[in-house]
Amino acid sequence: MTEITTLAAFRAAADELAASGPARIAAAATADELAEARNALVGRASGRLGALMKALAALPKEDKKAAGEAANTVKATLEALLDARGAALAALAPRGPAIDRSMPARAQWTGTVHPVTQVIEEIEAIFREIGFTVATGPEAESPWYNFAALNFPADHPAMDLHDTLYLGDEAVLRTHTSPVQVRTLQAWQPPIRVLVPGTVYRRDFFDPSHAPAFAQVEGLCVDEGISFVDLKGTLSHFARRFFGATKTRFRPSFFPFTEPSAEMDVACRLCGGRGCAACKQTGWMEILGCGMVHPSVLEAAGVDSARYTGWAFGMGPGRIALQRFGVPDIRLLYDSDVRFLEQFA
Amino acid sequence: MHISVEWLREFCPAPLTAPQLRDLITARVATVEGMEALRTDLAPFVVARVVESGKVEGTKLSFNKVDDGSGTLLDVVCGAPNVTVGACYPFARSGTVMPDGLKIEKRKIRGHTSNGMLCSARELGLGQDADGILTLETDAAPGTPLLDVLPVGDVRLLVDVLPNRPDLLSHLGVAREVAAATRLPLGLPRALTSGTSVLVAVTVQGTGRAGGVTVTVDDAVGCPRYAGVLIRGVQVGPSPKWLAARVEATGGRSINNVVDASNYLLHAIGQPTHAFDAKRLSGDAVVVRRARAGETIVTLDGVERKLTPSMLVIADAERPVAIAGVMGGRDSEVTSRTTDLFFEVAYFAPSVVRPTRRALGLSTDASYRFERGIDRADVARALALGVQLIQAVAGGTVEGEPVDVAVAAPAPVAVRLTAARLARVLGIPVSVADAVRHLEAIGFTATAVDAVSAMVHAPSWRVDVQIEDDLIEEVARLHGYDAIPDELRPFRPGVVPDAADHVTAKRIRAALVGAGLHEAKPLPFVAGTDATHARVLNPLAEDEPHLRRSVLESLARRAEYNLSRMQGDVRLFEVGAVFTPREGSALPAERQMAGLLVMGDRRPAHFTDAKPPAFDAWDAKGLAEQLARAIAPHAAISFVAGDGDALWTVSIDGTPRGEVRAVALDAPVWASPAFGVELSIGDTPSAPIAPPGKHAWGTTPVAQSAAPAVRYRPLPTTPAAEFDLALLVPLALEAGAVEAVLRAEGGELLESLVLFDEYRGKGVPEGQRSLAWRLTFRHPDRTLRDKEIDGRRSQLLKALEKQLGVTARTA
Repeated sequence: MTEITTLAAFRAAADELAASGPARIAAAATADELAEARNALVGRASGRLGALMKALAALPKEDKKAAGEAANTVKATLEALLDARGAALAALAPRGPAIDRSMPARAQWTGTVHPVTQVIEEIEAIFREIGFTVATGPEAESPWYNFAALNFPADHPAMDLHDTLYLGDEAVLRTHTSPVQVRTLQAWQPPIRVLVPGTVYRRDFFDPSHAPAFAQVEGLCVDEGISFVDLKGTLSHFARRFFGATKTRFRPSFFPFTEPSAEMDVACRLCGGRGCAACKQTGWMEILGCGMVHPSVLEAAGVDSARYTGWAFGMGPGRIALQRFGVPDIRLLYDSDVRFLEQFA
Repeated sequence: MHISVEWLREFCPAPLTAPQLRDLITARVATVEGMEALRTDLAPFVVARVVESGKVEGTKLSFNKVDDGSGTLLDVVCGAPNVTVGACYPFARSGTVMPDGLKIEKRKIRGHTSNGMLCSARELGLGQDADGILTLETDAAPGTPLLDVLPVGDVRLLVDVLPNRPDLLSHLGVAREVAAATRLPLGLPRALTSGTSVLVAVTVQGTGRAGGVTVTVDDAVGCPRYAGVLIRGVQVGPSPKWLAARVEATGGRSINNVVDASNYLLHAIGQPTHAFDAKRLSGDAVVVRRARAGETIVTLDGVERKLTPSMLVIADAERPVAIAGVMGGRDSEVTSRTTDLFFEVAYFAPSVVRPTRRALGLSTDASYRFERGIDRADVARALALGVQLIQAVAGGTVEGEPVDVAVAAPAPVAVRLTAARLARVLGIPVSVADAVRHLEAIGFTATAVDAVSAMVHAPSWRVDVQIEDDLIEEVARLHGYDAIPDELRPFRPGVVPDAADHVTAKRIRAALVGAGLHEAKPLPFVAGTDATHARVLNPLAEDEPHLRRSVLESLARRAEYNLSRMQGDVRLFEVGAVFTPREGSALPAERQMAGLLVMGDRRPAHFTDAKPPAFDAWDAKGLAEQLARAIAPHAAISFVAGDGDALWTVSIDGTPRGEVRAVALDAPVWASPAFGVELSIGDTPSAPIAPPGKHAWGTTPVAQSAAPAVRYRPLPTTPAAEFDLALLVPLALEAGAVEAVLRAEGGELLESLVLFDEYRGKGVPEGQRSLAWRLTFRHPDRTLRDKEIDGRRSQLLKALEKQLGVTARTA
């Protein structure tokens, strides 16, 4: 800038700044550019207005007042324009949302149904579809209901299949849910179609694959004209509904309270039947024991075994839960560690 | 039961592989739980293919590139003349131990590295062929285990024989079923049929003589049949190889030729036998009798055992020499110095062997079979077969004649089998002729066969068959369970109503899971006292021999378990049984309970609520209300303040059902207080429904539908009027008492009454607190006037002051 020594020159310079400034301000398209423009126009150190103010010192004393007024007028004009432009730019700038929707919900605690109960409920739902209801019975039972009525001969090797916890000579913790078969048969005249979920007890050490108390689900169907075909048909239907399309097989077995007796396997879910460690290379997974209700059981309950026939089954939902959820140790089902339970939401 | 496949084929020449036999036996007879190759020494060998081959100059050796499936071709030097490129051979990798014990190492031969060995049949112990390496006719990929492509050596099947089928505890028994299923003949192995002499035992009652030995049976109930023979001049020594192999195939250990012969017989035909050193039998006498009080015996396992008069023993003139059906005595054991044998084959009654085995805690191959029942009719034949086998492997001559001390056997079971029952039980028509054909294939006989029925006689070894349905099971499994269709047939729905406790448990689960609690299923055992708790007589864990009286007790231990794992937010519930001893009854009183325990944060932390409050007594009271509503929908729930940790007693329709408690835990300092609720769902009756053999149809009460009908109240059409009452209430006066007065004086227009504030401190006189209620009034037909409301307000204040001395808070 040329040296300003007269009021006229000062005024000219101020006018020129007043004239060229607005265009510069209007040209600023961003907050950064506006800050640059503000600096260049009215900045105290390096701006043009700053330079004018410095030139003020060189003017004759009598002109200083008029020159100062002129400079202030320009400054006020430009600053007003700068502020307005700033506001305009701010209005244009992309605005952050009023709330940050990435932030987490205000949650409630989520409760869970025990994994074994989940399996029982699923089994129950399938059998309900085909006319079954639910029966229950006591866990502390008489030996008659637990053994004798179910055709266990007194002091027979069949008893070795059930390591029993005794409460007294005439009281045991039931070793299976089958006593409820007898109670139900005594209480209700067929047709009977019941499912019996419940806790049963065996004298087993608490280790990764055994527990002294565990869940069992029993099924009982008694009516006139019930046969082994009904047993196979119903249980295969259950297997397809529960495990998905899968093959089943029935093997000969032995339970004192059924005759004929069988065990039902489904093709191993892990290897698809080729054989793996989980199915002990057989390609099959044991699911349940079953059979036609032994005539002695019907007779023990006062049911005419010539008129009525039936079938029954029993299975372990705990073991199914271990398979289904990939739980490696049965004790996890009992520990009640909240970090375990909350996984089953 | 361990079944040797090779041995099985001596009884029945079924042209089936071991896996085929496994599947057949599982489908028709009994489950085969496992299959073990007995040539485990061959397990490390693999199939390998020769990819390149060249001659080592000046030798008969070849150097080869071999693919063993490892991904890297191995250099292998071989001395055999028949190495062919592209062919597969058994291969021992470096480190493999050969059947003769030699370990294959990586080494240099004539400047060529050799990383293993291609093997001949002789090197594998598979015969004498050593002319060259064994060419494998196989498509298997290199690296496949040799045993997968070369079915060599014996295979052991582990058959799960269930207690009803003792006849399957022998190779003969399993072979009989295989023969029936394959329609092939059944016979005895050559070892049992090659003898020439046919021994006939002399049948006597009570006492008899076998050569120089007097045999007396004192207890015909425990021992209805006892046969014995005296064999002199045997040479006890090692067994021939074939005999030792059979003994080992069934999981045993070869001891000497005589003992092995006895074990061979047990696993071959299922008949336990015992050989005594005849020179050790004092008085040349064998007596089958009950043990005398105070008698002891050192058994073969070297343990001295105390005998009781309930136990049956074999004794000589002085002392017991064997525990009948369980184990022999060490004094009369056959040793290398033995020359004369007294050889015993007997039928000991299950009712005697089982308690003895249990009392002694001594289960043997013999006791296992006697307990389940052996073939009583086969005793004399087994004796003859045994003598023949002993003479074949150990020599000796029979002195005198064998004796067979026996009482008359019960008549064989005869059962009528009808086509009608077959069809009724199986659901498919099976002709009597087909059924009889199946049964005859496994040794049953039939008489009076016609189109509708047959009289079927069970063979002597089928002690399990008693009734017609037993025969039907035989027919079904021989027919094949898989051949019975699995079709859904029409059915009548059941008439049994859902058990009330089950329905209630479902409502509870829904309510408490909805409230954010986790369902737990702890073990129900606790350390209690006999006076207060039902005791398990034979518990596994002696530190927890009692059954719990409380579900909350279990949940408290589970909460501590979580705290020990640094989990302070614990919200658990359980629906389960509790037990209390009952005077005059072995069966404890049993009750279904629902319990819950909460501690820690009342809700998850949130950025608007960084430190949520911990669960407190009011939360527990609220959960108790929810639980009570789930137990008894629509019932009246009431709370009475309790003492100390028992915060409230909870009643449903006026009957106390349980408590809300502050739960004392063994807890770390950082843990929040724990609160619990436990309410009774109902008693579980354990009384008999009806006497044995009887039913109680028609007497079972049919439960009424649980939910009383809800009546609709018309929605209000007039505006409500409300005002707040802030009252100064003495600390000793319960808010409930104030509410009772408000309700009584509020009249029927009082619609709701909500306690919304409690304040103590500045501005409230010492010994008092400020409680504020919001009261809402509504008239069903018209708008209430301000004057009426004001009048009501002053009336309430007057009543409060008069009845309770409570005044409005003015400050």
